[in-house]
Amino acid sequence: MGCCGAKDLKSKFVDADVDLSLLDEVLGKYKSIKGSLITILQQAQDIYGYLPLSVLEYIAQETGVKSAQIFGVATFYAQFRLSPIGENLIMLCKGTACHVNGADKIEEAIIEELNIHDGETTEDKLFTLNNVACLGCCSLSPVMMINGETYGSLTPQKAKKILKEIKTKSLAKEAN
Amino acid sequence: MKVVVGLGSCGIAAGANKVYETLREEIDNKGLDIDLKIAGCVGSCHLEPIVDFYDDEGHLDRCVKVSADKVLGLLDKALKKELDESSKITEVDNMALQKQVRIAIENCGYINPEDINEYIANGGYSGLKKVLTEMTQEQVIEEVKVAGLRGRGGAGFPTWFKWNAAYREKATPKYMVCNADEGDPGAFMDRSVLEGDPHRVLEGMAIGGYAMGANEGIIYVRAEYPLAIKRLEIAIKQAKEAGYLGKNIFGSGFDFDIRIKAGAGAFVCGEETALIASLEGERGMPRLKPPFPAQKGFWNKPTNINNVETFANVPWIFRHGGAEYAKLGSEKSKGTKVFALTGKIKKGGLVEVPMGMPLREIIYDIGGGILNDKKFKAVQMGGPSGGCIPAELIDTPIDYESVTKVGAIMGSGGMVVIDETACMVEMAKFFLSFTRKESCGKCIHCRLGTKRMLEILERITEGKGKEGDIETLENLAREVQAGSLCQLGITAPNPVLSMIKNFRSEYEAHIRDKKCPAHVCKSLITYEIKENCTGCTICARNCPVKAISGVLKGQHKIDQELCTKCGKCHDVCKFSAVEIN
Repeated sequence: MGCCGAKDLKSKFVDADVDLSLLDEVLGKYKSIKGSLITILQQAQDIYGYLPLSVLEYIAQETGVKSAQIFGVATFYAQFRLSPIGENLIMLCKGTACHVNGADKIEEAIIEELNIHDGETTEDKLFTLNNVACLGCCSLSPVMMINGETYGSLTPQKAKKILKEIKTKSLAKEAN
Repeated sequence: MKVVVGLGSCGIAAGANKVYETLREEIDNKGLDIDLKIAGCVGSCHLEPIVDFYDDEGHLDRCVKVSADKVLGLLDKALKKELDESSKITEVDNMALQKQVRIAIENCGYINPEDINEYIANGGYSGLKKVLTEMTQEQVIEEVKVAGLRGRGGAGFPTWFKWNAAYREKATPKYMVCNADEGDPGAFMDRSVLEGDPHRVLEGMAIGGYAMGANEGIIYVRAEYPLAIKRLEIAIKQAKEAGYLGKNIFGSGFDFDIRIKAGAGAFVCGEETALIASLEGERGMPRLKPPFPAQKGFWNKPTNINNVETFANVPWIFRHGGAEYAKLGSEKSKGTKVFALTGKIKKGGLVEVPMGMPLREIIYDIGGGILNDKKFKAVQMGGPSGGCIPAELIDTPIDYESVTKVGAIMGSGGMVVIDETACMVEMAKFFLSFTRKESCGKCIHCRLGTKRMLEILERITEGKGKEGDIETLENLAREVQAGSLCQLGITAPNPVLSMIKNFRSEYEAHIRDKKCPAHVCKSLITYEIKENCTGCTICARNCPVKAISGVLKGQHKIDQELCTKCGKCHDVCKFSAVEIN
């Protein structure tokens, strides 16, 4: 989390021209319920894939919660993303069990294969890498989850092979 | 015949969904008279996917490591009663299950978590009925006191005391909160309970809600546990329909409702005041205590917060009696505890044992010993807030007092086994980098102190450690502990202190001799190829930076200037010719 100098706060967010009316149903349901900000942000992220600046400002305008507070909450929690992600989200488990069983080597393999570090997206927008604290599949460690599917007992070679396969599938889908 | 497929997160990760779908398709296509069911995780995660075949007499054949392409063959054999031993669970693995005493996870892996009737058939909601129709609030609190139940989230605070404090408050409404924000990386007890037996938690919350006088329950659950959330939603809906939640439960006049609130990923929200801030839609930053949540909690109203596993023990206590529960465990730590046994262990998974069981029995008799028969070095308990129990203390009984005495903490139940290949300076660095990242930033000592400590540890692992570093770490640790408001900061230095205490010589080797005894810290090791190199060239072909030279059938050589110490040559060499120094 850390702290985020207020001066360049807005530069942390990505602005995008999105259809704000998609959010009206969520706001209608929750804006009058006290303490619903996190729920609103979660559902907004489900809709847009991340939290664009325009969405945060729209939530502030509609709920009456100060935008500073909304930015504060959006930057505090690990779940909230402030920029768009690639087509395939890799969640690499860095929990204790995975760490002990070689998660760092898996991370190196991903970096080698895709040339992205934690939090980054590949130039072709196919992959985003997110390191996460624990996926709770410790007995299968080291583990990564891609688009909700868990891949366990990884080796660097196995991880690279999985990424290659997903890339091929994604490219084939695009070609169609 | 009844067939049950274990569909917990770990089972699904191992491919259980495909096994289930294959069976479903076969049964539907052929119109077989088979009752196909799902269950949560039985705890033997290393054997997943697990499929249980019950014949019409109720005899169980448990098949393990079942893949989708094998399951139909097994079904065929099961129908003909010809299942051979090779596909079934081994006697040893079965014994490991038998050695446990199961209360919180007694139903996990056996009942269908999405069917309230299976929970009821196993005694479910009878505890709540007894409480609401026969007992006063004081009697309920007294029964929990007799049981000696203590908070399973880590601190081990007596549950009755918290319930009583909230009961004595006059202000209303009151709130009963379940902390399911299982954040310790390496622990998944709560997830398994929620996925495998969600009604149990609802029943426990309703009983506690009655005792303290709350009509609203909230489960604060990690958003990273989508399956747990889904099963909780189903369970709440079913319980409401059946009248175990809602208005006038069992005609007692007691109303109780439960809703789910998904967390958004912050370790600090496991701290109760931070959890309350998060429930109110704010940044999850801890608040000053007192006032305690029992006096001023959620929206400044009396609030009680217990962990999932604590609630999971409650229905059993009211079904069998507090005295019966107190018979289990050691003098001051009653009952059982669920542990997530992971790391360098042969048979990782979930185990529930009576408090006071020696660590040795958990690791060797239940866990099957150390992976690849390496040397056991330590067990890390309590995750980033905890400490380690070194190999020489392996006979320590595992209960709150004994574990604290040796410098670790019980924690929520993460038990990560570490073998000789791990470097304890690097492990301390790992935990501290986690707490540093998760510090909410409110208290300066926690925010900056953990960062300074991490920098020192990083320096040590890079071979730049200097005399006095250990003492500086110890001083900083004391100040972080003294200057932090909540348990995240107070406990953050624990892994470092515990590892210095038990493995000081490893720290000294890094600092004075610039050596990493476990050969982990890259800056302190070199790779060299020995004379027994056969010149097979596999290392040279796998080196990502082309640092290895040599001719076919001739001894190869590593250019130390180019080498990035990735260790690939060591991993691929079939003749153990690559040496780490």
